[in-house]
Amino acid sequence: MERDDIIEYSLDAHHSEEAGVKIRKRIWVVTAILTIITAAEVLVGAFLSKTVLADWENGATVWAFIKYGYIILTVIKARFIVLEFMHLGEERKSIRKVILYPYIFFILYFIFIMLTEATAVDAVNFNP
Amino acid sequence: MAGEATKVIDPKELWEGGRSPFSMSYGKMMMWFFLISDALTFGAFIITLGYFRYTYSSWPVSDTVFYHFPGTHAHIPLGYVALMTFILIISSVTMVLAVEAGHRMDKKKVIFWLGLTVVGGLVFLGSQAWEWASFIVGPDGHWKTWDDARIGWNPYGPPQYAQIFFCVTGFHGFHVFSGVVINAVILINVIGGTYEKRGHYEMVEKGGLYWHFVDLVWVFVFTFFYLL
Repeated sequence: MERDDIIEYSLDAHHSEEAGVKIRKRIWVVTAILTIITAAEVLVGAFLSKTVLADWENGATVWAFIKYGYIILTVIKARFIVLEFMHLGEERKSIRKVILYPYIFFILYFIFIMLTEATAVDAVNFNP
Repeated sequence: MAGEATKVIDPKELWEGGRSPFSMSYGKMMMWFFLISDALTFGAFIITLGYFRYTYSSWPVSDTVFYHFPGTHAHIPLGYVALMTFILIISSVTMVLAVEAGHRMDKKKVIFWLGLTVVGGLVFLGSQAWEWASFIVGPDGHWKTWDDARIGWNPYGPPQYAQIFFCVTGFHGFHVFSGVVINAVILINVIGGTYEKRGHYEMVEKGGLYWHFVDLVWVFVFTFFYLL
């Protein structure tokens, strides 16, 4: 019986020096993108915090924008890390779907059910 | 870094058996499956954080809690946490560069970049320990023992704030620690020439997947606990 779990797929994955230069450039570009996004989030977080916004007259809407902005920026960072740093973008489409779809689906459901249950708990005024 | 994964193979041949239908070795695939399960565990922690926040009408604003910077008395809201995030992202970058060097069978560069990744991880762990100490001590900066923040109490607001802080950052810190250990073991193997003999540096890639996962979790923890 031949073992089929030790086929060395990674022997195919080697690349030459010239291809390596292009790949390294891409890595540094992605690094710059991630750093800029993180810096933006930190600056907004430090200067436009909830305590500062409480004094603004349309503070609540600004805070809503910032809140969703944080989440969207975090998802963008996650996209770069998973697809480029973890090389999932270079794997077969089938394994990409296997990894990403259940996780996205479950997390969306969990967020929905967490918000539903927590607002229900808050409504019952059960915490001191 | 294309491999067999980019080759178009007839589905019948792919799924017929005797080979991986994902063009991915067993070890790498199982690392991905482990990362999915671990991501759900961390997801549960973050959901719990969200749940606690929604049940309280007032929750401490993190940049009024985390403004200390080691070695100075400056008030820099979220300053040190931002530096920690940056260090972890850079260690992820050095890890990717190590993987890329592995794909060119460039042993010296693999050792260089993987070594930097291990150092970055250790710096992050030390920083996290400093953050814990600074959180426990409280806003006035003196050790009081009876008054310090702990699992059941903290001076910043609801007790769950401290609980979530210790549990999430502690669990994450434990993953960073195990990642550092794994990377160190792989580094020793690289230096010893195990992967040169094997013909590929896939083990560095697998360690890299774990390390990037640790970084990714930190990005989410940073957003949901410190920013929101």
